[in-house]
This record gives sequence, C-alpha cells and structure tokens, in this order.
Amino acid sequence: MSGPSDYQPTNPVLKWIERRLPIFGLVHSSFVAYPTPRNLNYWWTFGAILSFMLAVQILTGVILAMHYTPNADLAFRSVEGIVRDVNYGWLLRNTHAAGASMFFFAVYIHMFRGLYYGSYKEPREVLWILGVIIYLLMMATGFMGYVLPWGQMSFWGATVITNLFSAVPYFGESIVTLLWGGYSVGNPTLNRFFSLHYLLPFVIAGVVVLHVWALHVAGQNNPAGVEPKTEKDTVPFTPYATIKDMFGVSCFMIFFAWFIFYMPNYLGDADNYIPANPGVTPTHIVPEWYYLPFYAILRSIPNKLAGVIAMFSAIVVLAFLPWLDSAKTRSSKYRPLAKQFFWMFVVVCVLLGYLGAQPPEGIYVIAGRILTVCYFAYFLIVLPLLSRIETPRPLPNSIADDVLAKSGGKAAPMVSTVIALAVAGALFAGSAQSARAAEDDTPPSLSWSFAGPFGKYDRGALQRGLKVYKEVCSNCHGLSYIAFRNLADAGGPGYSTAQATAFAAGYTVKDGPNDQGDMFDRPGRPADYFPSPFPNEQAARAANGGAAPPDLSLITKARSYERGFPQFIFDFFTQFQEQGPNYVSAILQGFDDKVPDGVSIPEGSYYNKYFPGHAIKMPKPLSDGQVTFDDGSPATVAQYAHDVATFLMWTAEPHMEARKRVGMQVFIFLILFAGLMYFTKKKVWANAH
Amino acid sequence: MTTASSAGSTRRDFLFVATGAVAAVGTVATVWPLVSQMNPDASTIAAGAPIQVDLAPIAEGQDIKVFWRGKPIYIMNRTKKQIDEARAVPLSNLPDPATDESRVKAGHDQWLVVIGICTHLGCIPIAHEGNYDGFFCPCHGSQYDSAGRIRQGPAPANLPVPPYQFVSDTKIQIG
Repeated sequence: MSGPSDYQPTNPVLKWIERRLPIFGLVHSSFVAYPTPRNLNYWWTFGAILSFMLAVQILTGVILAMHYTPNADLAFRSVEGIVRDVNYGWLLRNTHAAGASMFFFAVYIHMFRGLYYGSYKEPREVLWILGVIIYLLMMATGFMGYVLPWGQMSFWGATVITNLFSAVPYFGESIVTLLWGGYSVGNPTLNRFFSLHYLLPFVIAGVVVLHVWALHVAGQNNPAGVEPKTEKDTVPFTPYATIKDMFGVSCFMIFFAWFIFYMPNYLGDADNYIPANPGVTPTHIVPEWYYLPFYAILRSIPNKLAGVIAMFSAIVVLAFLPWLDSAKTRSSKYRPLAKQFFWMFVVVCVLLGYLGAQPPEGIYVIAGRILTVCYFAYFLIVLPLLSRIETPRPLPNSIADDVLAKSGGKAAPMVSTVIALAVAGALFAGSAQSARAAEDDTPPSLSWSFAGPFGKYDRGALQRGLKVYKEVCSNCHGLSYIAFRNLADAGGPGYSTAQATAFAAGYTVKDGPNDQGDMFDRPGRPADYFPSPFPNEQAARAANGGAAPPDLSLITKARSYERGFPQFIFDFFTQFQEQGPNYVSAILQGFDDKVPDGVSIPEGSYYNKYFPGHAIKMPKPLSDGQVTFDDGSPATVAQYAHDVATFLMWTAEPHMEARKRVGMQVFIFLILFAGLMYFTKKKVWANAH
Repeated sequence: MTTASSAGSTRRDFLFVATGAVAAVGTVATVWPLVSQMNPDASTIAAGAPIQVDLAPIAEGQDIKVFWRGKPIYIMNRTKKQIDEARAVPLSNLPDPATDESRVKAGHDQWLVVIGICTHLGCIPIAHEGNYDGFFCPCHGSQYDSAGRIRQGPAPANLPVPPYQFVSDTKIQIG
C-alpha cells in the first residue's frame, strides 16, 4: 500500500467499475502486489489463521443463531436440540465451541510472536494497540458466548464476571444491576448477552480491517527485525505469502479437527451440561482455559478492588509495551538477555494458567502471588531495564543477508528451558502426591466399546441398558431429552421404527387440551419424549428426601473427575473422554453398608465410595438378579452398571458414531490436502530462492 | 528456471491442478452441512407424523379445520346438493380439470378433505363462501367449488388433496 495502485484491469466491464470504484486496484495492491519480507517464518502465518478462525466463528455462529433460543427457560434445551436434531448440528456446535478455543490459541501464539520479534516497536505502535483492542473484544465475545448455553458454568461464570464490576467504588452495584437488567443474572441478562455476542464479532471484523490497514502502511515486521531496503528483500504477497498462509491454515485445521471430532469436550467443563440453577454454585468455578492466567492474577490479590484492577491491568499493560520496551533492536534473536526473559515470561503465563484452574488454597495461592509479581515485573521492570543495559548482537545488513546466513549453529540449551523442565518436574511430583491421596476415590477406568477413534456403541449393551433404565432408574430419574423415535436412530440401540413405535405405545402420555378444554391421556407416539417420573422439581424433591434425582439424559457428560497433571496431557493424545461413564458405573457399584472410619453419613443418606463427599441421598439402586436379560448376559450389578452407563453415554451423545466416522474422513482428507499444499508451497517458493 | 524442461513444468502444473481440485472437493464437502442444516430437523419431521381424525361429530353440511404439518386441512361433510353441483360441471369449464370422484375416496363421496391453502399466494380460503358453494379466498378473490376446484380468480390450481385414507367409516388418517 505504498501510494495509489497502478493496476489496471483489461476486461472492459472491470475497467468500467474500476474507474468508478477502484476496488480491484485496492485488492491488487493489498493482497497481490503487496511486498512481504522474504524471511518470514511460519509464526507469521498465524495472522491468516486468525482471519480464517474469525470467518469460521462468524459463519458457524450465524448458523447456530438460526436454531438457538435466547430464553432462560429454553436456551439449554435449544442447544441440545441443535446437537441432537438439527442436520449436522453436532458438527456446527462442536466447531463453534472448539473454534473459540482455537481462536484464542492462535491469538496467543500471534501475540507471543509479536512480543518475541518486537513487532510493537516504532512504527507499528498503532498496529499493536489495535491488536490489543481486538484481543479485549475477543475476550468479551468469548465470555458472552460461553453464557449462552445457560448451563451451570454459563450462569455462574456470568455471575462472577459481572460481579467484577461491583468492585468499582460508589457505582459498583448500579453498574452490575445495569449489566444484569435485573436484581440477579436472569433472562434479561441472557437476552442482552446474545445480542452483544452476535454484534461483537462484526466489531472485531471492523477492527481487523484497521489492523490490516495499519499493517500494510507500516509493512510487516520480520524475524530479523530490519526493514526491507531493496526489492531483493521482499517477495510479492501473491503467490508467495498466500500459498504459505494456506499451508499454515491447512495444518492448523488438522489440529482444530482433532478437537471437533475426537475431543469435543476436552476444553469444556462437565458442569456446563447441567442446566443453570440459581440456587446451587458448582463446587469449583473455573473460567475457560484462555482466561485462566488472568483469573489466577485476580485471585492472587486478597483485596477485591485491587484484584480486579490487577486483572485488567495485566491486559492493559500490553498496550503500553511499545514505550515500556524502548530498545532499538526489534528481534529477540539479537537480544541475548531479552530472549531469556521472553521464554521465562512464557513459562510464567503457562503456570499462571495452570494455577487459575487449581483450587485457591495452600501452595497455589503463594505460587499465584509470586507469578503475578513476575508477570508485572516482566513489563514494568525487566523490559525497561533491558532496553537500557543490554548489548544486542550485530544485526544483519539486510533481509537478504539474513536469509543467506541461515545456517547458524544451534545455541546451547537456554536457562529458561532448564527452568521450564524443573517446573514441570515439580508439578508432576506435586500432582502425583495428591493423586496418590485421591486414588481410592477416583472411579476406575473401564474399557468401553465406544472409546477411541473407531469406537462404536455395543448394541446389546444399549438394549440391556435401556431395560435397566426402564425397570429401575426410571422410577426416580427422567430421560427428558430422549424421544422414543431416537431408539430407531442410526448409531443407537438398533431398534426398527416399528419396535420404537411399539415401545412408545407402552407409555401413557398426557396430551391436550382437547376440544372440551380437558387434558387427556393417550398412548405414546414415536415423537413423544420419555415421560419424567415427577411432574415438577418440587415433587421430585419432596419424594426423595430433599434431593431431586437428576435427569439422566446428559449425566455421562455432566459428571467428570480430575485427571491431574500430566495425565490430562496424555489424555489429549489417547482421546480419553470416558470420565462420565466411568463415574456412573462406579457410583452404581460404590455402595457399601460398612462406612469406613472417619466418614460420617447423615441420617437419610448412604455411603458411596465414589460420590463426592461420600454421602449420597440415593439408596443402593441395583442388586444382583434384579433385572433379567433375554440374551443370557449375567444378572449382576457390574453388568447392569456397565450396560446402563453405555446406554446413558448414548443418550448424552446420540451422534457419537457419526462424529467419529466423519472425523476419520475429514482427517484423511486434511492430511492429503496439507501434504499437497506442502509440495505446492515448495514449488512456488522454488522460484524465490 | 531457465533450464526448466517441459516435463518439469507438466509435473508442476499437475501438482497445482491436483491441489486446486482437492481444495474444491473440500469446499463443496464443507458447504454441504452448512446448507443441509436449513432443512427441517429431526424433531420437526417426527412432529409431522400422520394424525387420525374422528369424523363422527361432523354433521352434514358442516366442516372442521385440523392442522397437519402446520397446514390447515379442511374436512367437509358435503350435502347432496354440494355433491351434485360438483358433479354437474363439465370438465371443460374448469381451469384445472379434475373430476369430483378423483378428489374424494370411493364410497365416501360426502367427505371432502383438502389442504386449506389458496394456490395463489398461500392465504386461507373461507369455507361456505363464494359463488360455488365451496371456498372463497379473501386475499385476492379466488373462488373454489364444493370439490375444492378453482373456478374463478387468480389462483392457478385446485386446492390440493393431502395424502389420507379411511381407517374406519368414521375415522381418517392424514399423512
């Protein structure tokens, strides 16, 4: 974008338009002829990856809004409707939910890249500040989007985050009431969050245009941190940067698809599969992973107002970076000390993220305070100091020189690497210790037919599990998200439509009003949902000693347990997602008449080894021989537990088989595509070297 | 690339074409679910299952309106006069020729079952109005006769007959 474009289309129609609106010239000068430094590495493709993610989020978001109902009574159910009934709804929802995480993942890499290579320095200050604004908008958008499913974490996340503003002196309470549109988080809050969640992505898109504009005025920074001087230092954007960015995007899609198809709940919280309940706070409130470092900073400060100020300062300080770091050398490649501190800062951020997910007690609080000091020290002490005392290594004369001198020797392992390894070791030792303590109460990992990339439901287990549910569980627990027609769905228990219809006819369903205005009973139809055993929650509570038996439709997704470090990292690669069925199966077998020493069980409760706190209101529901199976499977509690847990996994995710099947197709495609892109990129760049 | 042989450039062209083709396939495969989600979802389809209607309470000369798949269905117990009128019209006088017999079930000649949506622009015609003892659409003045056939006005076709059958003499199943 150096001066007006001299591009002239040859086609007479385009010429006619170009004379009146020079849009082709603009596109040509910005995205075709635009000179990019020839030494950009793959960290620079994250700009394109972020544009791609914004487009994905807007597209899937607009589609989800076609099916979503922003009403406190209907929102949760409408999201389940998307996942269960809308064609490819599960795919769209997984893409949008995982997409938010991918967007933040990419933006963090983009920001760290800017930090490492000094991309915020003169003349790119405005470019950087626009980036900080985009980041803030992303945080607001992500937060409001997380509220929309109206699960427990949505509701309590909204409550906690909006309450941050109550720390404002004098006006705090009024501001919070204004945000809520009521005396507590409720339907008006949900409605306005939906409206704003729809609006903000377009605001982000607008600021992105400014960001790119500023980028094209200042020109891209590059790993050497020296400005291009001659034509030898640059290559035209198209085809060189375009093809490289596309290759980067195709690799990123593989990573993205892993979450969509194989780990859709890895980054989410099980509590968000419990509908919002204003009367009960989840035991452990955790924001989404991308806010965790800031959440850790908030919790480290024992004063409410100071904590909120510290948290916002941690983001706002980024905007002042161009002036805090006044070193003339841009790239940390040529700043031996800054480079060390940069990596330490990365470790500090990751550790803060880890602490944000831990309960605020004991060593975690102290560690959080130390790391908070480190975080701010990096910006306010280290960078200003380094820019005064550090002697940078000599810069290359030009980008072309830098490219030619690529074959430098490997640097010795850095101090920060050693620190990182030491910290990881300490974390491992710590969590191993706490894991040993908790080992007894952790549900054993069972083998499930539906685990892994090729997992399929065991039809026999689904049918037996349905029988156990019908004969035992359904006396107290509802299954209100499952319709009788689902029993005949592909990937389900494998009944025929006629069998599902007959099964439905065995139930009595209340319908009406009829022409006389009366409600009446009729036999169930395939379109009806499993009737709940109690007419309302109060009745369920009254009949069960004060604890309402939860609806079981989503129970295997709504229950989980900590896997600890480093196990949760291995889980990502082994696709371990079966905490829910493990837990359900363990609970059903965890009853014991003999209460161990040191555990006291109140009147009306029962001891269960695996229930959090051990005192469960449900009496032992299953005993050997209670349900007989037609297929000769043993009539044991272990068999019942296995079958009903399998059945409830299906009720929680009826399209799991489709998800894994499509996932495999997508993976084969993406790997093929990324491979082709790699060779295409190599061919194109062969001309540039 | 001054020494580029023609074989080399063919190989390169093939690579570019292959990559482009795979990208195109991927784009189409991606668009498919994005469009498919607009179709009725599983719960809507399940709610569109057949319904049964009891005809016993409908006296001669009366009609009822029931809803099936969100559409109003007129069920009319026609009088002898209405049937005779409908059968007396020569087919050549009709804009959309169809015999009265073809629009009812044999043996149940008095029962007319039609989807009550004007074939002009989707308004709901009023029963027992107009000049033909049938239906009159208030939106743009289309008139249907006692067999639900278009007789006058801008509508191009007869009121459609939904799929239905008699389960017993006094009960029909629509759908």
